[in-house]
Amino acid sequence: MSMDPTSPDRPRLQADSSREEAFDAGSRVGEDRIPGAPSHELPSLGAELRRYVLGLVLSVVLTAAAFLSVGTHLIYGPGIVMAIVVFGLAQVGIHLVFFLHLTTAPDNANNALALAFGFLIVCLIVFGSIWIMFHMNHNMIPAGQLMDMQG
Amino acid sequence: MSAPSTALRVGRDPHHVGHGADTGGPEFTGHGGGGPAPKRIVVGYGFWIFILSDVVMFSAFFATYAVLLNARAGGPGPRELFDLHLTAIETACLLLSSFTCGLASMAVGARSLLWTEAALLVTGLLGATFIGIEISEFARLTARGAGPTHSAFLSAFFTLVGCHGVHVSCGILWLGTMMAQFAAKGFRENIRHRYLCFSLFWHALDIIWIGIFSGVYVIGVVTG
Repeated sequence: MSMDPTSPDRPRLQADSSREEAFDAGSRVGEDRIPGAPSHELPSLGAELRRYVLGLVLSVVLTAAAFLSVGTHLIYGPGIVMAIVVFGLAQVGIHLVFFLHLTTAPDNANNALALAFGFLIVCLIVFGSIWIMFHMNHNMIPAGQLMDMQG
Repeated sequence: MSAPSTALRVGRDPHHVGHGADTGGPEFTGHGGGGPAPKRIVVGYGFWIFILSDVVMFSAFFATYAVLLNARAGGPGPRELFDLHLTAIETACLLLSSFTCGLASMAVGARSLLWTEAALLVTGLLGATFIGIEISEFARLTARGAGPTHSAFLSAFFTLVGCHGVHVSCGILWLGTMMAQFAAKGFRENIRHRYLCFSLFWHALDIIWIGIFSGVYVIGVVTG
């Protein structure tokens, strides 16, 4: 090797070059994992299967928790709706990480940023609509009262 | 020798953000200096943008439903209408189909036609079961007079859940197309890119369904 022997990075560079060979082989064999998947690490089939099974198990637990919270006394009554919302949001996170392979790796920054923007728009539409419409309903004169005024 | 420059390039770019072109310089600035990303990344990103726009459309339907939840025109509310046992079966179908779709992605990565087709077939059957249950539920509601024309609440309900059902139906058609293309054309690159988009679409439908089963059905039954 005619590399610069004074470079402090030398051992790491050698390790990385072997990793690039693995990457190139991977780009031929396993190219089509979900775009969220970090391209520099190539999990074996077993590791990938474990990932999907773990995602499935966590999703089943959260789904069961949401359905079981309907008739339960384990959760404080008025807080049940909030608990179901939390279970749902947690499951969305599980799906994004384990099924869509969304990570925060640099090659995934575009996907994550687009998701963050989408999340912002969704929050604006849903919570903005609910906020405005409920305030409007609150400020309307009830139909019965309107008739009293006419009478 | 040329190996050190390659090694240096990789060393400064451990996540292969700029993989695909050699600009001659060792530094990757994050401003496109490494050349275009691989097509797989670009295709996935483009389709991800489409999916997010679809999610924004669904969020408008969710907002409509939430606003019109109490506009029942004297008709029945969620507690009288929804059967959580059916919803639980639907949820199980869609969640399992998302899992088998992941298994199909693994099979595509391993270039196994048999496992790909088998996993996709199971995915499609689970999706068809979901659609069948949803159609029977819609038919039951309409038969007892709680159709989409009865109240603003029911219009919003049928629009939101029906739109998701239409998406799943289109997904099943796409899935059948993918099975045929894998069988006829093999694991060609453009076919695999198509499959990548399909798997994103299918997983996203399950994410939308999480919002529907918890926000519409479970919370609907809790709050009446």
